[in-house]
Amino acid sequence: MKRYQIFISIFLFEIIVLVFLLFSASAQVAKGKKEMLSLKDLCSELSLTDLSVWTEARYTRNPSQADWFSPFQDFPSSVEHFPAGSLIEPPMRRKR
Amino acid sequence: MIKHLKILEFALSSLLRRKLKNLAIVSVFTTVTMVIASILFLTHSFKKEALLILQGSPELIVQRIQAGRHALIPLSYVDAIKGLPGVGDVRPRYWGYYYDPLTGANFTVIAYPEGIRKTEIIEGSLPGANEHGYCLIGSGVADARFLQIGDELFLQDIKGRVLSLKVRGIFKKSSQILTNDLVIISRPDFDRLFGFPEGHATDLTVQVYNPTEIQNIAGKVKKLLPDTRPITRSEILRTYDSLFNWRGGMLLALFASSVLAFVILAWDKATGLSAEERQEIGILKAIGWETSDVLTLKFWEGASISLISFLTGIILAYIHVFYFSAVLFEPALKGWSVLFPDFRLRPYVDLYQCFVLFMVTVVPYTASTIIPSWKAAITDPDSVMRG
Repeated sequence: MKRYQIFISIFLFEIIVLVFLLFSASAQVAKGKKEMLSLKDLCSELSLTDLSVWTEARYTRNPSQADWFSPFQDFPSSVEHFPAGSLIEPPMRRKR
Repeated sequence: MIKHLKILEFALSSLLRRKLKNLAIVSVFTTVTMVIASILFLTHSFKKEALLILQGSPELIVQRIQAGRHALIPLSYVDAIKGLPGVGDVRPRYWGYYYDPLTGANFTVIAYPEGIRKTEIIEGSLPGANEHGYCLIGSGVADARFLQIGDELFLQDIKGRVLSLKVRGIFKKSSQILTNDLVIISRPDFDRLFGFPEGHATDLTVQVYNPTEIQNIAGKVKKLLPDTRPITRSEILRTYDSLFNWRGGMLLALFASSVLAFVILAWDKATGLSAEERQEIGILKAIGWETSDVLTLKFWEGASISLISFLTGIILAYIHVFYFSAVLFEPALKGWSVLFPDFRLRPYVDLYQCFVLFMVTVVPYTASTIIPSWKAAITDPDSVMRG
């Protein structure tokens, strides 16, 4: 087998894999539609305003409800007040 | 066509002669593409999921602000807001945060609202609105406290007494992105846990009949009750839009140095021809290759490296984000959260982003390999070979 044949085979293989992944992505999104609707309904029933992703502080748990401004209170997209915040690690007991 | 295949064959042989160098470029190119594509996939999916789910959030929320901070809102405000034209139902929301010293986690406690329905995302049953001593919890809370349906969840109320709640239902793991840290309890239990003063709620949700009037109603509420802060649904959605852009930006900043290193490597490789490569071009010209043939050869060299690296990078990024929950970014994403959802993102892929990534990686790399070769190819073969 010539080198260009190997190269073209690898290239085509990757294209096929990528196309397969993109098709499976749209199939998964379509399949998960019902679940997304249930989550949207639950959000409406519980009157939720935020995702439960970052639970460490008020302004990360409910970024849309964070205070506008008060001294030393962070808010979404704010710059860290204390440089130490970008250098120190969380305490050991929080690293679970 | 045959000519191109033969030139491609020659280009691949030429690349294989400098195996290690080109292998290093392919691996760095692939890694950089994978990292950038992972960030794009992750932030896009996060954003898309947040924006779809939060379409269900209240049209308008009214919070009370006191001394620059969020304060409890008196229920007397309900009637005042209800009196505004265009306003439908106004409901108080009772919710708060509970720091759990046992696990170091923060729970979000909500008083059981009316109208909640049992769906497939809830395991077990729902406690009745007036049933004391029962709760419905998120799977993050269940995992942190090793709870199953029928077990007791012990919390400490404001007076230090133990509040025991029997777990009636648990939100399924597939809903973790919304429910991971939730503890839903009855109003009397909520009042006991937090010692809520009579006639107060955390905030109010306002139903607005005409969606185009929401902003207008928000302005009227602010005018009527100056110590309040109305938050509209569009503001919530905008927050999430900017939040995920920021998270993506943070990750990009973390990897900016590696991207810069790649740019320097690619630039150095692509713009400066080695003596060996210049000699090779000189020999090809001397044996009768046209300038256009040399440029085609260099195009195929650049294109074969960048295309394979780009495709491999994109495929690896997809697998990393959607099959392995972006495990490489977990430390940056998780932050200090004790309860972090182990969610599987739905694969929302933006083809436009892939196209932009293609344009900023493959095209410049291929182009920058052609330009120096063109310079060498148009000079006299004899002087090129002599260096």
